[in-house]
Amino acid sequence: MMAATLAKPGFFLDQRRVAQAILLAALVLVLFRGVLPAGLIRLPEGMVLPFADWINAAFAFAQNDLGLMTLTRAFSDAVEVCLDVTANLLYGKSRWPNVGPIPWVVIAATAGMAGYALGGLRLAVLAAGTFVWIAVMGQWKWAMETLSVIVVAVPFSVVFGLLMGVLAWRYRMAERILNPILNIAQSLPHFAYMIPVVVFIGVGPKAGAIVTIIFSVPPMIRMSLLGLRAVSPEIIESGKMSGTTRWQLMTRVRLPAARTEILIGVNQVIMQSLAMVVLASFIGMPGLGQKLLQLLQALKIGLSVEIGITIVLLAIVLDRMSKAWALKQPEHVEGATWVQRHRLLAVWLGLIALGFLLAWLNPYFIEVERKQALSLADPLDAVVGGLIDLIDPVADWLRWFLITWVLIPLRDAFLWLPTSAVLVALAGAAWRIGGLRSALVCLAFILPIALSGWWDRAMITLYTVFVSVALALVIGVPLGLLGAANEARARRFLLVCDTAQTFPSFIYLIPVIMLFGVNDVAVVAAVMVFATVPIVRYTIEGLRNIPPEIVESAQMSGASGRQLLWHVKLPLALPTLVVGANQSIMFALFMVIIAAFIGTQDLGQEMQRALSSTDVGKGLVLGLAVAFMGLTADHLLMKWARGREATAGR
Amino acid sequence: MTESDVVISCRNVWKVFGDRPERLRLTPATTLEALRATNHIAAVRDVSLDIRRGEMLVVMGLSGSGKSTLVRCLARLLDITSGEVMVEGQDIGKLSETELIELRRKKMGMVFQSFGLLPHRTALENVAFPLEMRGQDRASRIARARDMLTLVGLKGREGYFPRELSGGQQQRVGIARSLAVEPDIWFLDEPFSALDPLIRREMQDEFLRLKGMLAKTIVFITHDFDEALRLADRIAIMKDGAVEQIDTPERIVMAPATPYVAKFTEAIDRTRVVRALALAQPVAGPVPEGGALPAGETLHALARRIVGDSRPMIPLMDQGRIAGILDRKAALDLLLGPAA
Ligand SMILES: Nc1ncnc2c1ncn2[C@@H]1O[C@H](COP(=O)(O)OP(=O)(O)OP(=O)(O)O)[C@@H](O)[C@H]1O
Ligand SMILES: [Mg+2]
Repeated sequence: MMAATLAKPGFFLDQRRVAQAILLAALVLVLFRGVLPAGLIRLPEGMVLPFADWINAAFAFAQNDLGLMTLTRAFSDAVEVCLDVTANLLYGKSRWPNVGPIPWVVIAATAGMAGYALGGLRLAVLAAGTFVWIAVMGQWKWAMETLSVIVVAVPFSVVFGLLMGVLAWRYRMAERILNPILNIAQSLPHFAYMIPVVVFIGVGPKAGAIVTIIFSVPPMIRMSLLGLRAVSPEIIESGKMSGTTRWQLMTRVRLPAARTEILIGVNQVIMQSLAMVVLASFIGMPGLGQKLLQLLQALKIGLSVEIGITIVLLAIVLDRMSKAWALKQPEHVEGATWVQRHRLLAVWLGLIALGFLLAWLNPYFIEVERKQALSLADPLDAVVGGLIDLIDPVADWLRWFLITWVLIPLRDAFLWLPTSAVLVALAGAAWRIGGLRSALVCLAFILPIALSGWWDRAMITLYTVFVSVALALVIGVPLGLLGAANEARARRFLLVCDTAQTFPSFIYLIPVIMLFGVNDVAVVAAVMVFATVPIVRYTIEGLRNIPPEIVESAQMSGASGRQLLWHVKLPLALPTLVVGANQSIMFALFMVIIAAFIGTQDLGQEMQRALSSTDVGKGLVLGLAVAFMGLTADHLLMKWARGREATAGR
Repeated sequence: MTESDVVISCRNVWKVFGDRPERLRLTPATTLEALRATNHIAAVRDVSLDIRRGEMLVVMGLSGSGKSTLVRCLARLLDITSGEVMVEGQDIGKLSETELIELRRKKMGMVFQSFGLLPHRTALENVAFPLEMRGQDRASRIARARDMLTLVGLKGREGYFPRELSGGQQQRVGIARSLAVEPDIWFLDEPFSALDPLIRREMQDEFLRLKGMLAKTIVFITHDFDEALRLADRIAIMKDGAVEQIDTPERIVMAPATPYVAKFTEAIDRTRVVRALALAQPVAGPVPEGGALPAGETLHALARRIVGDSRPMIPLMDQGRIAGILDRKAALDLLLGPAA
């Protein structure tokens, strides 16, 4: 390795000098690309390691020789039983207990009451309204297919997550093992989870539920561990002095005292589940996601917007309700009689009775038939059509310009770079930020990608992410500056960002396909929009958290508004902004992979192929390649931001 | 005093926080600086003391002097670094988990400095919690908890959650919780710090009553000298983790063992502590004429009579006998400050 030969002991003292030398070496490699031996431009074929085959062999061994198949079968059977129950209750699939479907009015009333209990009238209207919308738009069955999986998956994930969280809290060893696994798991793209599940379980709702469970466990583990750690020691001591056994201490003191964090974990589980369930349409999971996928592929914009609105509404309702639940503090209730003390419960029972009565009177209130349903699709199509006609000349030109003059040249440039130069440059940058250790960590992440033989695909992914995040910065930072102008506006902007972050990523594809059709520009646009949200958010946060004294003292020294921004505010907000950029990169990586079905040539495309040919090894190698790229960015940016904050003494 | 009268006895107890305290070799000569050099903090240093049945020991000292830590060691909420703590003849460091749980359910109770209420339970459920752990049935523990809340003046707040109560009210829930079980050994860590003077006095009386009636052993931490003087059988003064002196209130003020204790007790009104007997001279020669003063009263209580008395030497009466002679001038010096 070039870095190692340059690094004589004396050089360790000056991190910057070493980094410059390494970066210079990378530059030399780029400049002399023409005369480089082929082995330095791309790894020679002979050195590519068959990671995928190894993984496949390991899986085959686990599947056949370790009897893992029986275990997963047993688990998936248990899940299936639960799925049948919810499917019967929610949309009347003819399975035990054969009492469903529950009329939509009853479900809407229940959602409304839950909303009222958790967050007052506004949340009640939002929750009930969402279900009314779903029903009258004739999407009830699809929505219930989606919800029936979430209802089963969330409790499983919560219980698993909680158990593992407790384990990690109890045993340092477990935490040490879990931590890196969670880091990788949380940066693996959705599809990487699907492939093994398809191998073990097959396709369909059951597989969809199981992949959802697995995907949404990690945040639960993290939050329960965090919550258990945060319980105040005196509360635990008072529990001990009351003579609790270990079990009593855990179940009656620690866990209830960690309630808020645990419920925030539940909120994250729910949101992750929704995102995954929508995507699980790729493995034959029926419901809103599948419908959306079909409609998008058929370019039926109006109808897909209708579904998109439903998914967005569901996301908002689920997020607001579970957050309200997490943040709700216990309150005493007054009242002597049962009805007084359980007022809401009584109202709810009344509403349910009324709902069943309505349903009995008129089947419209059980499920709205397709032909009775309202639809906005035609007017929507007309509006969108008009809009597209209007902007088409511009959009067309923009598309042509971007593709010919920006995207293709940039992509070619990324592909033109010698592998060796990229690796050396990465090592140099890492050395500059975090010294030898960082350089080694980053190489450990990226070298395997070169060795796996997917280098070109990875470079295309990198290029898409690079372009999208660059654009996201160009758009997001000024938006953030605008939003941070005053406190009221900042709060409004943050609310919009929060809400936008709860949408399943799939949703972002609807408007871009609408505007740009199916091509590279649409992919970049979708990724960019998705990646802009965290940038806006963290720009505002960064600016908002600058201590007012600093701004005031700068004003007192006569700084103009522009000077204040460039010399005081932005530098101080930079570490926070970098954290935002980091999240933006993560988001972008996830989105690039999802956007693959629009037609890209990157890792995501290959992953889709691996999915359709159920090639676990290939799928996981590709998934890990994406995860490692994310983790590299995460390592470097977070290290930089922390170092910066430490020197700023904050 | 016999051996069996000693309920808690600790010998050379150390509690050191830091990287690897178990590897330290601790002797009475180990200094704070030596520990700090290896990144350790000694919160309790070489403490030895005995607490008798029915005794109220008040622990005082500046903030950070190790009072709470000492009490936590006595309750084995913290494992001590070296030394031994015996409770009723058993080394509690060696108790198994079940024995320890039994001990806490049956014998020990504690009121915490920052209350330690369970946030998800109502005041009533908090007070009932230790009873629940003891396996008491629901109806009786709820009734008992209700009584205790009434006792601390929180009737009507049973259904409130800790978050909905003021600091003083929360503290009273904590007191009620420990009163509910009436343990034999009581650790009270600044139990009245957030109470107003009226309730504080009521609570002090309640604990004094229980102690007198049921021979409770109480370790009481406070920053308030008046409170200490009202309650204490003995006072322990701590500094930097070590007990500087442990003695009766009177001896602490009249015969401070170290300059630190002298300085610490400087501001106390001695006349409220010192009993007439402590100033008495032995009876030599004829006893002065006239009535005698009760020897067991503090000078403060006798002040009016001493001032009004014109004899230079006043006899002191204790249990029907003349116990000594009080030098009026010495007494007046203490009461009014030495004559200029
Ligand atoms: N868990 C811990 N880890 C490290 N140091 C601790 C810990 N608990 C206490 N200490 C240290 O031990 C010393 C004694 O603390 P302790 O709480 O016993 O003081 P205290 O006398 O009760 O003070 P206060 O009057 O403020 O309650 C302090 O210096 C404190 O910083
Ligand atoms: Mg304390």
